[in-house]
Formats: sequence, structure tokens, C-alpha cells
Amino acid sequence: MHIPDGFLDARTWLSLGAVSGAFIAISVVRANKKLGEKHIPLMGIMSAFIFAAQMLNFPVAGGTSGHFMGSVLAAILLGPFAAILIMTTVLIVQCLVFADGGLTTLGANIFNMAVIGSLIGYLIYLGISKINRVVGVFIAAWLSIVLAATACALELAISGTSPLNVVLPAMASVHALIGLGEGLITTAVVTFILKTRPDLLELEKI
Amino acid sequence: MKIVVIVGLVIALALAIFLSPFASSSPDGLERVGEDKDFMEKAHSFFVGLIPDYLFPGIGNEKVATAIAGGLGVLIVFGLTYGLARLIKRKKSL
Repeated sequence: MHIPDGFLDARTWLSLGAVSGAFIAISVVRANKKLGEKHIPLMGIMSAFIFAAQMLNFPVAGGTSGHFMGSVLAAILLGPFAAILIMTTVLIVQCLVFADGGLTTLGANIFNMAVIGSLIGYLIYLGISKINRVVGVFIAAWLSIVLAATACALELAISGTSPLNVVLPAMASVHALIGLGEGLITTAVVTFILKTRPDLLELEKI
Repeated sequence: MKIVVIVGLVIALALAIFLSPFASSSPDGLERVGEDKDFMEKAHSFFVGLIPDYLFPGIGNEKVATAIAGGLGVLIVFGLTYGLARLIKRKKSL
């Protein structure tokens, strides 16, 4: 759901750029305080895995594909602010090297995928996993996709690119499906880590 | 931790190099909605990027071009994140 240039009007992509910039700054300050030696290679691996997984488009209903996003996975393992930094790095490389996602809309993409996904997804995970961790992981991951898509739809509508009553149901419905993939992949990876290296989940969350 | 890094990188590289060439080429959610609801043509790019469409330029075979793009992307993203994290940790206080 990388928004290309031209989809958003200037005031929308400028404001989202500013908001994302602020969240990145907050994340950097927080990471500066809390980063430990163990976090650094793990953040690198998380970025690497998320980048790779985002290339693996899988088919969903009729002629459409989806791909993994990864913010909730990153947030669960490393904390929401580390996740913001990880996702932002991936998005910047995708934009500048691979022209995936617009340059002006980079702030919007960071907001939708890195910020909303990591922060809200992490909160949802924390809440639900008190009752059942696996369910918490799945729902948080699923919801992160639906919320990101909803934000995207709102931005498109505000920009006059497509009316809200058209673009919101369309984006929400296809991403409700894609979110199932996110839920499954995130749950599978977290479960794998729980079984092989549960100590990694004990790391302080940034 | 070294084992985790090596295993993690191997997995990421394997996915990006060997699986990505076989990924679905159907339009993703946003592109599909853009096509269906007739606003896709509003998209325009300012620049082409080094490896547009995840196809390394100058390689005839699309699958190979994708594999190279994937492998490079994984390494770039890993290096950049690692480097940035190091930099952030090192600064005395921000």
C-alpha cells in the first residue's frame, strides 16, 4: 500500500511528512536512551526480513495481491519506537532505490505503515495478549493492516483523489483479506521465535 | 547473537533471492482499488530509482533481475539499519 506521488494533495503530504518527522525524532531520542548492544543486530535482521517479506506478494481475491507489512512483528520483538525506525528505513530504501512509493508521499507512507502500525498495533497486542498471546499477535497484526489502509483511504479522500464512500469500503475490504496474511505470518514468526529463542522476546522494548 | 544474525540474514536473503521471483505480480490492494475506482492515472513519479520495479537493470531474465534486486535490497537495508542503530546508540545524548 505504498502511495505513489500524485495521489495526495500538497497540504496532506506536507502535514503527514511533518507528523512522521516528529515521530521519527521521538523514536531516535528514545532509542538513543535505551538501545543496548543486543538490539542493534536484531534491528538489522528485522529490517532485512521485513524488506524480503514485503517482496513476496501473495494472491488474495480475484486479480489482487497483498504483501506483508511487518510493523507489529517489529514492535513485538523490539518495541514500537524501534519498529518505527526499522519500518522507516525499509520504506526509505524502497522509495529511493526501488521507486516503490512516492517521494512526496514518503511521509504519508511512514505515517500509515511505520507509525500507525507500530504504535497502535503494539498497544492492541499488549491489551489482548494479556488474555491470550497468540490471539493478541494475530489480531494486532490484522488490525494494523486494516487501520493503515483506512488511514490511506482517508488521505485519498481528503486529497480529492477519490470520494470517501468509494475508496474507504474498497480499501478496507481488500485489506481485511490481506490482513489475514499479515496475521498468519506474524503469528508464525513469533511462535517460531518463542520455540527456538524465547530469550529474544525478553529484550527490553524500545 | 552472531548465530541469530547469520541465520536471520540467510533466511532474509533466501526469501528475497529465491522466492521473490515467484511472487504474485497482480496489483496490490491500493493499485487494484486505484484501477477499479479510476484514480490510478493520477500517479506519477519524479524519478526512476536505481532498481525500478525491483528489476536490476541490464539483466534479460526477469526472475534473475528480481533475485538480484532482492538480494541487494536485503543487504542495503540490513547495513543501513545496523549503521543507523550504531550511530544512534553512540551519540552521548540527543
